[in-house]
Amino acid sequence: MTKPLVYAALAAVLLGTGPVTAGPVEPGNVEFAEDFTVSASLTDEAGDPAEGRKAFADRSLGNCLACHAVTEMSDQQFHGDVGPSLDGVAERYDPAFLRAIVVNAKHVFGEQTIMPGFYTLEVGVDVAEKHQGKTILSAQQVEDVVAYLTTLTD
Amino acid sequence: MGKNKLGLAAAAGLTASLALGSAYSEPVEDKLVIDGREMTTWTEAPADHPFDELISGWHYRTDETRALEADSFENPGMLYVERGEEIWNAVDGAAGKSCASCHQDASETMAGVGASYPKWNEAAGKPYNLELQINECRVEQMQAEPYKFDAPEQVALATFIKHQSLGEPVEIDLAEGDMQKWWERGKDRYYLRTGQLNMACATCHEDYNGRYIRADHLSQGNVNGFPTYRLNTGGMVSLHNRFRGCIRDTRAEFPAAFSDDLMALEVYVTWRGQGLSVETPAVRQ
Ligand code: HEC
Ligand code: HEC
Repeated sequence: MTKPLVYAALAAVLLGTGPVTAGPVEPGNVEFAEDFTVSASLTDEAGDPAEGRKAFADRSLGNCLACHAVTEMSDQQFHGDVGPSLDGVAERYDPAFLRAIVVNAKHVFGEQTIMPGFYTLEVGVDVAEKHQGKTILSAQQVEDVVAYLTTLTD
Repeated sequence: MGKNKLGLAAAAGLTASLALGSAYSEPVEDKLVIDGREMTTWTEAPADHPFDELISGWHYRTDETRALEADSFENPGMLYVERGEEIWNAVDGAAGKSCASCHQDASETMAGVGASYPKWNEAAGKPYNLELQINECRVEQMQAEPYKFDAPEQVALATFIKHQSLGEPVEIDLAEGDMQKWWERGKDRYYLRTGQLNMACATCHEDYNGRYIRADHLSQGNVNGFPTYRLNTGGMVSLHNRFRGCIRDTRAEFPAAFSDDLMALEVYVTWRGQGLSVETPAVRQ
């Protein structure tokens, strides 16, 4: 096991036993390990997969469905194909890697990726006033989405 | 899970997305014939172009939408062409003139004209699109008020004039004045990532045309059909309205219509689609 993953395991244990942090991690303070992972949860509340599922589909939140198809979500119309299907993504990646992708895909796939960073303030120019200084998802919504992704096992 | 596995996983993500390239939703192969005339909607790109082939947005639309554009009796945009013709012939302003007073029969005097805009305007020291030229005629020749951006008369008149070039290849002159500089500026803008979503024009229309982004089949973002009739809003959409909509969708503030930023973008994006036929009024979803 590499260090960040040991920390991940530790963090999981600690988080399971009680709150250890005060408030969510700020977008600028999210720690990316060398292996493109974010091991520690951004909040001290476990992600809720049901909430994550909603944020995933909601056009004003993740709108992940704009780019990714998910068979399990066939109740929703219009799955995009800009990105890969996320069926079985939990088999391919562990939560620390999924969290890193959702927080800031640019750190994982490179600057040129179309996938927006959902918990970062490294954004494009001329951000509309109502979105200035804000992330697309809240820390808890990121955790919820990651929790949902971990349910996509086939 | 060890580092190697994660490293591999990251690489797998990248290959998975590259592999999708072959499974993407192809633009539909079809021929667009309007009033017996075949349009150039799919053509080889020039050597210095980012694409190998230039494809009209028409090929990315559904069977129904494509059929609607092909039939000028059914095409709802043709109503705006008719409205534009009325305006062309209507006297307005203190000089007591109409467009026709100076330009007579548009089917002759305006044939092919719309296909070569934007054009360098020496007096203004910047490129003019059709809307700016119309406003200049109104102010200077007719002593009438310039149209406000997207005034219904402006859209109808621009649609009517562009329609006089139906089927003509889009071709602009970058050798005039400072057009080349405006082209450069437009190109920078095309690749500039904007907004909270951090996307450029190129992110959607160059990297991912052919794919679906939610319900929308992404095209190359060519301008040859403008102003276009949009089915989901039930009206005409001017080019700068479309530009602003696309920029707004990145969650960015958008520049004013006819601002230098958007004029430069118009020059550059028009250049990207040179050789495609003018399709005005195109029908889009
Ligand atoms: C505008 C397009 C877009 C949006 C919106 C988007 N993604 Fe992505 N995503 C991509 C692309 C494209 C890739 C593939 C990597 C690349 O080519 O940059 C990707 C890759 C991924 C991967 C890795 C998949 C694999 O199998 O390798 C995950 C997980 C993921 N995205 C999750 C999400 C989640 C969760 C959201 C919403 C919170 C989201 N994406 C929103 C475009 C998008
Ligand atoms: C988030 C993705 C996205 C971005 C970024 C984007 N567009 Fe678009 N654009 C679309 C979609 C979706 C459509 C409608 C479907 C189509 O024709 O591609 C569209 C349509 C267009 C059209 C109409 C094409 C036609 O045939 O009618 C033009 C022109 C255009 N875009 C230009 C631009 C320019 C210029 C920029 C940058 C300032 C830009 N777009 C940025 C998504 C985007």
